[in-house]
Amino acid sequence: MQIHIQAHDGVPIYLQVMQQIKYLVASGRLQPGEELPSIRTLAEQLLVNPNTIARAYRELETAGVVEKRRTAGTFVADSGSPLARKERLKLLNERIDQLLVEAFQMGFDLQDVLKLVQQSELATNQTKKGERGHE
Amino acid sequence: MSEAQVSGSSLVVDIQRLTRTFGDKKALHDVSLQIPRGSVYGLIGSNGAGKTTLIKHLLGSHFAQSGQVRVFGVDPATHPAEVLARIGYMSENREIPSWMRVQEIMNYTQAFFPSWDARYAEELRQMFDLDPKEKVANLSRGQTARTCLLLALAHRPDFLVLDEPSSGLDPVVRRDILAAIVRTITDEGRTVLFSSHLLDEVERLADRIAIVHEGRILLDDALDTIRDSFHRLTLRFEHPHAEAPRMIGAVSQEGRGDEWTYNCRGERDQLIEAAKTLHAQIVQETPLSLDDIYACTIHQA
Repeated sequence: MQIHIQAHDGVPIYLQVMQQIKYLVASGRLQPGEELPSIRTLAEQLLVNPNTIARAYRELETAGVVEKRRTAGTFVADSGSPLARKERLKLLNERIDQLLVEAFQMGFDLQDVLKLVQQSELATNQTKKGERGHE
Repeated sequence: MSEAQVSGSSLVVDIQRLTRTFGDKKALHDVSLQIPRGSVYGLIGSNGAGKTTLIKHLLGSHFAQSGQVRVFGVDPATHPAEVLARIGYMSENREIPSWMRVQEIMNYTQAFFPSWDARYAEELRQMFDLDPKEKVANLSRGQTARTCLLLALAHRPDFLVLDEPSSGLDPVVRRDILAAIVRTITDEGRTVLFSSHLLDEVERLADRIAIVHEGRILLDDALDTIRDSFHRLTLRFEHPHAEAPRMIGAVSQEGRGDEWTYNCRGERDQLIEAAKTLHAQIVQETPLSLDDIYACTIHQA
């Protein structure tokens, strides 16, 4: 599990940990049922106060993203969590907002962006099918 | 840490109105500080702010000229043996006898601490990759720091006191030191006090901080509480202004025309109310980093 902490930007560290785990779950890089590292392990890996990790885990549990199992550790909650789709949409929307802001600043309009998205989707599909070569 | 835990015998350190002068220089001025058991306390301040002087009072190296110092409930200046046996201390200058070898300084230090855990000391020595036969004089800066850290940790102290533990060290050694602090915290009930000017470290590790400036403590609270009381707001006004309109709680401001950004101290609700009174719209709101909070606090002083 790869998490990166920026201690400079003013966002509380527990929130950074929470957001990144949510992102890993929403993007499928952490699978339902997968075990998260222990509080101690993650604290030593990230070099942050263990209480901070404990708080992030606690709030993720409240949000239904992870679950504590008796005698065992903390696990990614089973799929079908009501949060999953909502959370995925939220993440995507944040990215879209960023994209649009940047596009508008560079002088592109919505039509340009949509066209580019379609082109890039097409290119991705072609690469996948191995049908390169007719550009 | 709940407020209930911050009272009575759960205090590892209790300093009341401590003042200390050296000649005509006031090194500490009316300092009060309580360190609850189990907390990780970050002491922030520039060089000469009084951090080391404060720490030396906890070790009993300085007696309280006026005011009172209690560590584990007793005065460290009159009960040094009792207090020091429970403290792991790493000094800012990391001075250890240069003519000794690593193994000798370990044996020597062991003699002072009944609770010395020889197996743990050996484990740390191997982890820090220290040659037991090497003379202290020949150790690199990083190896010296690791040796000092080993000596501070091997008796499994209840209270770990680190004075600028990572200043002047490369990132690898700094990592060792931070990891040691994290492990110490993980052990139930241990308390840590560390001073640092690297606010990144403080933000990662501390749950409470005190900002020391010119011998006074300017700010002292749980890090979360402190964060909640500082905000950066960008306001858009109905008309352009040549100077920043005055805003309640603003510590500093920058901008021009109809848009001004304020670093503010105060309750969020009050600040929003203040913006409303100025007929301004809040266009952006971001938290302040600890660096900014430090700068604001010093600026206000």
